[in-house]
Amino acid sequence: MTRGTAVSRRRTTAQAARGPLQVDGEVFSVKRVGDYFHLTIVADGIAERTRPGNFVALSVGDHTSANLLRRAFSIYRVKPAGIYGGTVEVIVAAHGPGTSWLASRHRHDRVNVVGPLGRPFALPKQPVACALVGGGYGSAPLFGLAEKLRERSCTAHMVLGASTEARLFGALEAKRAASSVTVTTVDGSVGIKGVVTDPLPTLLARHDIDVVYSCGPMGMLRAVTSVATQHGAWSQTAVEEAMACGVGVCMTCVLPVVGDDNITRMVRSCVEGPVFAGDKVRWDAIGTVPAGTYGTPVSSTRP
Amino acid sequence: MTALTPADVDLTTVLADAHLDNPVMTASGCAAAGQELHQFFDVSELGAVVTKSVMRDPRSGRPTPRMAETPSGMLNSIGLQGPGITAFLARDLPWLLQHDARPIVSIAGSSLGEYAELARRVGNTPGVAALEVNISCPNVENRGSVFACDPFQAARAVAAVRRDTPRGVPVFAKLSPDVTSIVEVAEAVMEAGADGLVLINTLLGMHIDLTTLRPLLGGGTGGLSGPAIRPVAVRAVWQVAAALPGVPIIGVGGIRTGADALEFLLAGASAVQVGTVIFNDPSAPRRVIDELRAELAVRGFAKASDAVGFAHRSTPGGST
Repeated sequence: MTRGTAVSRRRTTAQAARGPLQVDGEVFSVKRVGDYFHLTIVADGIAERTRPGNFVALSVGDHTSANLLRRAFSIYRVKPAGIYGGTVEVIVAAHGPGTSWLASRHRHDRVNVVGPLGRPFALPKQPVACALVGGGYGSAPLFGLAEKLRERSCTAHMVLGASTEARLFGALEAKRAASSVTVTTVDGSVGIKGVVTDPLPTLLARHDIDVVYSCGPMGMLRAVTSVATQHGAWSQTAVEEAMACGVGVCMTCVLPVVGDDNITRMVRSCVEGPVFAGDKVRWDAIGTVPAGTYGTPVSSTRP
Repeated sequence: MTALTPADVDLTTVLADAHLDNPVMTASGCAAAGQELHQFFDVSELGAVVTKSVMRDPRSGRPTPRMAETPSGMLNSIGLQGPGITAFLARDLPWLLQHDARPIVSIAGSSLGEYAELARRVGNTPGVAALEVNISCPNVENRGSVFACDPFQAARAVAAVRRDTPRGVPVFAKLSPDVTSIVEVAEAVMEAGADGLVLINTLLGMHIDLTTLRPLLGGGTGGLSGPAIRPVAVRAVWQVAAALPGVPIIGVGGIRTGADALEFLLAGASAVQVGTVIFNDPSAPRRVIDELRAELAVRGFAKASDAVGFAHRSTPGGST
């Protein structure tokens, strides 16, 4: 089969297949990458439905597990079914019991996968200049995004930042995927000593950036949005909120977002996000229900 | 008892005036209004879809963090975020009916007047299988106003709902386990006109964050749910079934498998709700139907109703 037919077939499937699947996945590999773990799971059907910015919710343990809540991960890469079954790849930071369990899997272990979930990054219709900003392993979904952008003749300038070199993810791959790469570390172990927002204003000006995509910790997203807005660029942020289900039923992953009608609502980051227009998120009010939010008691909405 | 084939087991369930194809429902607050789970299985295959408690007005809920994972369970402090009854009736309930689901609508009021208004508006909508009265949500601003913590207040709320709900639409009262005697509350709400009971809501709990050294949940306290609370729920069903024989009971609390569901039937529940485990396995409610059928078959129960209250019989293993 030529590459051309494979691509066109994939497009047909992608148009037909919608919504998430629940798949009893099989671990293909777990590789250590700096401080992170790169997990590849054979999970048929996920790849064909995935767009950059989607995520998967992985269960922890088997059907008797005491850790009931699924862990959400941005999708790093997918490969559609070919000679082998389709795979989905995620980057895991093992900082709790669930993520440690996932990081300690071996080939052929089972991991239940629900996905792809959430709204993906919105892609420009015009060939515009884009910046892609990733904090730590938040860079994971940006490589697939860069590929899609460049398919559309957009430029994709990457800025990757972390506290230290071991917590950077994908700096080498970025050289292949991106039009340019800028690296920052807080301790200066590699790249510019500082944070992603230090080189960002210069980069936005030099390349006359129209759209800034970002994924990483909330504080970074807030700062990136602020720089993008000052520059007059459109901002797309993939947020990290704690989720219990990932599919829209538990109502735990809400954050205050302003709608087109200028009303703030507590919206689910799993189904209405994880990608939001950065200027619509009430970054200052995360962790609160700001006064005037839709559905707050009248007594607390006084100006 | 001789084992049967699962296909031979009759799962039909009668709860007061509600006739259901099978005894498995979603638990309120764990399935929204069905749309999201319909991506994983056909919601019309469930005995009923119990919707997230709807209030009269739109409600933003509590600040985050709203959940904490706990051993075999979780704490939540959502605070009844929801669209309000007008949007629910315009959008969510019609969706369920269009998809041939049997909706049981959970209502929550902050006053007796609100309960009555919700009862009128929901009860008069054709296609509603039953009302579930949430008098026991722990995530309200004033813990003292949790109706289900006081038999008198619980009875008043249920009476207000029953009075304004059309005959033929059963009213089920969902009770809190955080009381000295759940039997006393059960008796009070049955006397007030409830057609049956839903046992149990979450237990009030707390988790303290060892990094901030403060309560983790935005609301401070939260409702504990999941397999961790299953023995408490089974005990509540058992006690109420023993004290009020013949009262329809819907059992809920930590059901993960068909075997768990069977345990509730044996304790005296005629139907069950699957809740928190949906977050672990979004297909769980549909899966539990098949598993329950198999568990009944292997024990020789030809009908699910034959297992209801079986554990109360004095001769263990007696023939059905």
